[in-house]
Amino acid sequence: MLETFFPNGIAHYLLGGILIGSAVSLAFVTTGLVTGMSTVFSSTWSYFSKLTYFHEPRFISSRQWRLVLALGLILGAWLWANILGHGEAVHTRVQWWQLLIGGLIGGFGARMSNGCTSGHGICGLASLQVPSLLAVVTFLTSAILTAHLVLHFGGL
Amino acid sequence: MNLKSLFAVLITGVLFGFGLALSTMIKPEVVLSFLRFQDFGLLCVLGGAATVTAICYQLAPRFLRKPFFAASFGRHAAAMNSQTIGGAALFGIGWGISGVCPGPAIAGLGAGNWPLLIAIGGMIAGAYFQGWLASRGTAAPLNSGRVAAR
Repeated sequence: MLETFFPNGIAHYLLGGILIGSAVSLAFVTTGLVTGMSTVFSSTWSYFSKLTYFHEPRFISSRQWRLVLALGLILGAWLWANILGHGEAVHTRVQWWQLLIGGLIGGFGARMSNGCTSGHGICGLASLQVPSLLAVVTFLTSAILTAHLVLHFGGL
Repeated sequence: MNLKSLFAVLITGVLFGFGLALSTMIKPEVVLSFLRFQDFGLLCVLGGAATVTAICYQLAPRFLRKPFFAASFGRHAAAMNSQTIGGAALFGIGWGISGVCPGPAIAGLGAGNWPLLIAIGGMIAGAYFQGWLASRGTAAPLNSGRVAAR
């Protein structure tokens, strides 16, 4: 039964999840910061754009550490690739149009919702926020429906 | 922000990115296989991460007066409104098309998954469009953000 639901095993998923949770916890205990990932896509625009929205205090005050967090993400995955991944690059075969359109709609939606899988899914659920729970149920539902539909349009 | 805090944030990112890579979330194929009910691993990643974080979020403010390097604990502030829910529905559509969300998109670069740059380009553009829409109709305040940051 376990193999039906987890054909690729379960340990690396659980371990990875616990590592991610420990990371978010480390940030909270040391700095008190809530580390969702999507906000960096808005806060970084404040360096280049004069639009009033990007100059809200919440973006200006966090734009520096959010970029450092993003840099850390890249470093962390690089470490994994060189320690456990045998230096082999990971390559996705998902079509370019899926990445582009999905990124565009997903980026817009995450910022409109003020949270993504990490902001609502990890930080929001962990702080027992009802709006985040509703957001998670909503994006899981729309993502599951969409992922099935994409197959009919030639997507991977 | 002080250097100690920035360093802590960097280490947070490294652990986070390592976890995303270890759990194969940096492969959009794995995310899509969850959304198509072929492999439920993503639920273990999300559940494991949320559980560990929930324990920390609930206990830390009880046992610590303040964070080690800062004055106070922050809080994830989600509002119950149409923006939160409508945005989440849109986010899910994008996630379901690509299998990519913001964290894995960024982390994946570290493992050499360059096609993810296309998704990141899309996210940068999508976030700009959202900010452009949100800026419309608002009277230009005297660059309030910049003043507050000083």
